[in-house]
Amino acid sequence: MSSEVPARGVPARGVADRDRGFWGDLAAVANRSLQQLPRDLASIIPALFVPVFFYVVTIGALSGIANFSALEIDYKAFQLPVAIITTVTGLSRAAALVTDIKDGYFDRLLLTPVNRVSLLLGLMVADLTVFLALCIPVVGMGLIVGVSFPTGILGVLIFIAMGTLWGLMYTGFPYAIALRTGNPTAVNNSFLLFFPFVFLTTAWLPQENLSGWLSTIATWNPVSYILEGMRSLFVDWDGVAIGKGLAAILGVGLVAQIFAFMALRRRVQNP
Amino acid sequence: MPDSAIVAESLSRSFGDLKAVDELSLEVAEGEIYGFLGPNGAGKTTAVRMLCTLLAPTSGRACVAGFDVAKSPHQVRKRVGAALQSTALDAKMTGRELLRIQGRYYGLNSAEIANRCEELAPILEMDAIDRRVSTYSGGMKRRLDVAIALIHSPSVLFLDEPTTGLDPSSRVKVWEEIRHLNNHMGVTIFLTTQYLEEADELADRVAIFNSGHLVAEDDPEELKRQVGKDVIVVNLGCSAADAEAVLKDVPGVEHVETSGTELAISSSQGAATISPVALALSAADLPVVELSLRTPTLDDVFFNLTGERMDEESHLSSEIAEEEAA
Repeated sequence: MSSEVPARGVPARGVADRDRGFWGDLAAVANRSLQQLPRDLASIIPALFVPVFFYVVTIGALSGIANFSALEIDYKAFQLPVAIITTVTGLSRAAALVTDIKDGYFDRLLLTPVNRVSLLLGLMVADLTVFLALCIPVVGMGLIVGVSFPTGILGVLIFIAMGTLWGLMYTGFPYAIALRTGNPTAVNNSFLLFFPFVFLTTAWLPQENLSGWLSTIATWNPVSYILEGMRSLFVDWDGVAIGKGLAAILGVGLVAQIFAFMALRRRVQNP
Repeated sequence: MPDSAIVAESLSRSFGDLKAVDELSLEVAEGEIYGFLGPNGAGKTTAVRMLCTLLAPTSGRACVAGFDVAKSPHQVRKRVGAALQSTALDAKMTGRELLRIQGRYYGLNSAEIANRCEELAPILEMDAIDRRVSTYSGGMKRRLDVAIALIHSPSVLFLDEPTTGLDPSSRVKVWEEIRHLNNHMGVTIFLTTQYLEEADELADRVAIFNSGHLVAEDDPEELKRQVGKDVIVVNLGCSAADAEAVLKDVPGVEHVETSGTELAISSSQGAATISPVALALSAADLPVVELSLRTPTLDDVFFNLTGERMDEESHLSSEIAEEEAA
């Protein structure tokens, strides 16, 4: 043994006796994810730019001719939930998670006593922050172009909350892919899931104006109900529509999050 | 064993049909530097990942810092630090941010983290601590990696090939830091390496690990004594391929190995054999450029135990020699 070595190793000074608890662990993981955000704007800003661009183009091109019999609201309002859903769907810290896995940082996290569930929830805290930061300007843009909320401030808040909650629930899919594959290409390709979810819906036309196979798919697509729930806030309080929208969010979210946490469990057991 | 920092009993891990670690049993005392030496692919990293709770053993058991790695991984994680083979750093963050974040994972408050950063200053390059990691050199990254692993004052530190890929001067700095951690902080260090000189230089005891098996374990000097033989090293001015036949009947020569223009001749009586070897080579018109006598190295131990040479030693030796010459 080396000279000068104490008879016993230095104990971890008090650390071994500490237990931060779940919320402390969550705060620690979320803190890092939030610190990463300002350095990762290149992956966030396009998520805002693209939906805003499509919103402006769509309402510019179609507002004048959109005179559907079933349309109770202005086409600018009709399209605003689409802009929100397009903004948040598929956006997550999954790419950062893959980088952590590939660079070995995820192993470093697994070497700490941090609660394993918080490793994923901490990322979602950052996602939630991003979704709020993106939804607010989109809604602001809608108000600027003349969309009004007869349901008032509470309606605006519920509108933003539904969009944010949907984005958060949907993150389960990219996280599941990131944890399962550890492959950045696979995570990027998870964007493909976005298209059927968002566009085979009532995104462009009311359900009554859809026909054929698209009408059938839109009827079964849960995003249609989320859009209808959000749109109802431009008319009046409609508990049924909002309830269906929330149920759709929670239903898809449950599936997505089960996938994500199963993938986390597998990754933790076999890093 | 009450004073053991690490105990493994018949620890095994398979990946399909491949048994990466097979019935590994070892015991590391508190405050010891334990060298875990083996070539690439020997299973060293798998063994480390099991000991630091990253990988579940297929069979067997291990206790680290007094806790079973399979039954109480949470307790083990609080007490160990690890710098794994590749530096696990977030390149977009600064060194200080990463230290702070890591401290938080262990429940340290800001004052405690600041104190630890001060204590770890000899390891860290304090001038660079507020720069993004992406601007660091390989050596700086490795030292930061080790410092992060130490932020919570672990009693056991796993270092998985800490100097692989480093330039010789950075390697020597890491060696100094490992000694410092052990001597002044009393940290038990489990050091895996493929570099023979590294194990020889740092470890109190060395385990030789090959193809998933522990083939020997002892004090490095004792391991070398077990080989017993001296080694006469000859550099020729031409290929050494013909020299083996020339030397086979020289008295005292027990084994000859050739590599390019170099000969390594094993002999129980090196001093007495060196002259006959020189004469025999000269008589055969094989020009001797350099001739030296050395005691066995861990490479000779490895060869004696496995019948194979570890390739990396000459690589490391020549790199360090070049650095020293520069």
